[in-house]
Amino acid sequence: MSSAPEPLHRALGLTDSELDDIRQVLSRDPNPLELALYGVMWSEHCSYKSSRIHLKRLPSKGAHVLVGPGEGAGVIDAGDGIGIAIRIESHNHPSAIEPYQGAATGVGGILRDVFSMGARPLAVMDPLFFGNLDDARNRWLVEGVVSGISGYGNSVGVPTIGGELTFDECYSANPLVNVLAVGALPTDRLALGVASGWGNYAVLLGSSTGRDGIGGVSVLASAGFAGDDGAASIDDAKRPSVQVGDPYEEKRLIEACLELLDRGYVVGIQDLGGAGLVCATCETAAKGGVGMDVDITAVPQRELGMQAFEIMTSESQERMLAIVTPENFDAVQAVCDKWEVRANVVGHVVEPTIMTDGTSVGMLRIRNGFDGEVLAEVPASSLADDAPLYDRPRQRPSDLDAVRADDPTIDEPVGDAAADLLDLLVDPAWVYRQYDSQLFLNTVVGPGRDAALLRLAGPGLPASNRGFAISTDSNPRWCALDPKDGTALTVAEGVANLACVGASAKAVVNCLNFGNPEHPEVMWQLSESVDGMAAACDALSLPVIGGNVSLYNESGGRDIDPTPVVGLLGIVDSLVAPPPGWDWNDGDALVLVGHREAAGAVPFPLAGSRWATRRGRRGGQLASFDASRLVSTFNFVTAEVASICAGKVSDVTAVHDVSGGGLAAALAEMASVTRVGVNVAKLEGHGELFAEFPGRFVVATSDAEAFVARAIGAGVPVTLLGTVGGTRVHLGGLLSVEVSDIAARRGGALEGALELI
Amino acid sequence: MARIGVVVFPGSNCEYDAAAAVEQLGGSAELIFHSATSLGDLDGVILPGGFAHGDYLRPGALARFSPVMDAVAAFAAAGGPVLGICNGFQVLTEAGLLPGALQKNRGLTFLCQPTTLIVSSTRSVLTRAATLGAELVVPINHFSGAYTCDDETYASLVADDQIVLRYRDNPNGSRDDIAGVANEAGNVVGLMPHPERAMSSLLGSADGRVLLEGFVGVGAAAH
Repeated sequence: MSSAPEPLHRALGLTDSELDDIRQVLSRDPNPLELALYGVMWSEHCSYKSSRIHLKRLPSKGAHVLVGPGEGAGVIDAGDGIGIAIRIESHNHPSAIEPYQGAATGVGGILRDVFSMGARPLAVMDPLFFGNLDDARNRWLVEGVVSGISGYGNSVGVPTIGGELTFDECYSANPLVNVLAVGALPTDRLALGVASGWGNYAVLLGSSTGRDGIGGVSVLASAGFAGDDGAASIDDAKRPSVQVGDPYEEKRLIEACLELLDRGYVVGIQDLGGAGLVCATCETAAKGGVGMDVDITAVPQRELGMQAFEIMTSESQERMLAIVTPENFDAVQAVCDKWEVRANVVGHVVEPTIMTDGTSVGMLRIRNGFDGEVLAEVPASSLADDAPLYDRPRQRPSDLDAVRADDPTIDEPVGDAAADLLDLLVDPAWVYRQYDSQLFLNTVVGPGRDAALLRLAGPGLPASNRGFAISTDSNPRWCALDPKDGTALTVAEGVANLACVGASAKAVVNCLNFGNPEHPEVMWQLSESVDGMAAACDALSLPVIGGNVSLYNESGGRDIDPTPVVGLLGIVDSLVAPPPGWDWNDGDALVLVGHREAAGAVPFPLAGSRWATRRGRRGGQLASFDASRLVSTFNFVTAEVASICAGKVSDVTAVHDVSGGGLAAALAEMASVTRVGVNVAKLEGHGELFAEFPGRFVVATSDAEAFVARAIGAGVPVTLLGTVGGTRVHLGGLLSVEVSDIAARRGGALEGALELI
Repeated sequence: MARIGVVVFPGSNCEYDAAAAVEQLGGSAELIFHSATSLGDLDGVILPGGFAHGDYLRPGALARFSPVMDAVAAFAAAGGPVLGICNGFQVLTEAGLLPGALQKNRGLTFLCQPTTLIVSSTRSVLTRAATLGAELVVPINHFSGAYTCDDETYASLVADDQIVLRYRDNPNGSRDDIAGVANEAGNVVGLMPHPERAMSSLLGSADGRVLLEGFVGVGAAAH
């Protein structure tokens, strides 16, 4: 069978109609180099062309928001002259193919987003999603991803303070590796990725440019895996599109860039990430409304004989583009020399071109020498901003009603509750022990708890007693059943986690991991999920200040469950003492804070719970999202813990959010870390043990009367559960397990599943 | 006030933390870039943790050739207090200022976790203020922290009371649970745990203070 060769634009990932759009912009046929530029910039990964019309529905405003979505990172005013920058991204497909480098470069990329704002990166978090560990390839992926994060993050000198670890068969062929980074800056050092000032230089900082990562955004990130086995069968074909990281180069780049910004030597700065040099040059030029001439011969190259399209689209890591006045260039060079960072003038900011209709358009010109041949000439904004926006067809899955009707709350047999509990417990310490979680002396609550809590301090920052808290949350089991309420509940879960460390939620970032947007059911999930996030953020007064969309998470035609990951940033106004954590004491009274029963038709829904999922039950009806039941509880818990952080004496000795694994898991986790048991008198059956819905907290107190009085005063429902003490976790006659058995099972679960012990 | 220099190699990352700890104890800290050829008027020098020169080849193998190391060696030879923490310890062994070497951890993974140290000698600039046999909770944060040395070196370490800190529960496979050693004179000390990370109960432990107090204090006494 013979066929005509595929037209170039399709090989570059552009559709026929997109080619027509490009012809319209240029009023001529694009040349092959120009097509390559559009191919990467108009890819799903760079242009958000399938999701942007939906993302507009997210609230992004707030008096404390200094920078909203669209820059390298979102920035809020944290007080005391300090801004906090936060960003989350996915590195899913590279990690599926080459787990160490995929995860490592995910860390590197997100850090550049943060320090490109002038912020010193202070913390990283990694939500990870893998298939089940009975599969050897999944075990290989887990070890590779974790060692990639460890190898890069530790060496680059940014603490990794937490994350999430989720196992589900839907990720078997398509694991998810998301990375969140937080940095802080004196607010007067805020930098933006804008080119301005005709005659200024565009200076490429950092690594030389090689052939790694070419087409990363289009070949790799904007298409699904065709085979049933996901990445396993296409390793060799796509592996060259995976970038390779060098944390030592990045560490020096961070120090050099922060010194350049401190000294006021740069006009604008942007990282080189997806789509490499073309992305950084066209975006900075488009934002500044200027033109830019780029000389490809001025770009330091790692390999001989690189083509212009390779130089422009390479995703070689550890590179930044700084806009610098000619007068400052020698000083910039001196700082870079000190840090052994390469600095080369690769572009000139030029006047916009006056078109025949009188409008002025900043042109991106790719040249062979600054005075040499023009190889490509296109409006910078057409690459950066003018990709077509698609309102792709959406359709509610036809089997959704049947899935919701198959509800484990109604008919799943009770079984052995103690055995179920032990099966649900996993201590992720094997993962986070491999991460430096303490650098910069800020980590008050590290990985493995409800949320991470850090002092708001760092080199070059004004003095402050404040702290900041971070949580990442997701629940694909909920979102598969109801992407709207599932996403809203996920946001609520994040706020609950922050409350446990005394932090008031201030901003949200999101990483929307979904399947193939050309499947109408996936677009419906995405749209519903955005609506749910918008509803929750509106109700809880939270701006969404940044995000990332990862589509085409599919293999062999099967999409992953919808996996919106929500990153929550909170502030503690006075952090001079640690929050209580999980360390309850013998003799404490145990109180459930918040509405005991879920909003909605069923008091203790098991739909979407880990308990039901382990039994192969993936259907049912979720709890509803009802902000009116949550806000006063969140505020009360936050205030109780914040007062302890501020150094006040309190009867509260331990606080834990009820989440994955339900009330039973929450109590078992606390018993496991303290090695002290608990006796709960009466619970409403196995539903109350294992149901998962946010808005409930377990609080241990040395003075139940005083605590309950405060809760009632705040209008928050409380239930006295029982007493802390003994060597067993004894839950209302439903289960009774030795604490030592819980600790042993929980501690060894992950290493056992990875076959390390 | 003791003046403590903190050496910054490209790739160091605990320099600010070490400096903060020194200042918390009433000393003054001065960051010294690795290209410096003299130390100036200092009472002590800290080689901080991190990944000097990316740990390329092996930890400390390139850093020993940084220009500043000649000045550090001269300072040590003159009896000046020198402390290597984590990567700084690795640099000191590579530079021959301390005996032995650091290998990859027994479990072949990076480890960031609290450890309990036992003060095994107070005859060093780091442990002089501590109590012999005292248990101190101080975190470790390393991939290559398993201390090793040949039998002859080990015998002399024991004979000359150069093993200053041991792990109570050996996390990494170090020979004889060794967490820190001193040179024969006791003025050069290296340890894998991070005492600067154990300066405040807010961050989990303040047990590192007694170690760094000794080090900063010896500097102050010298001044």
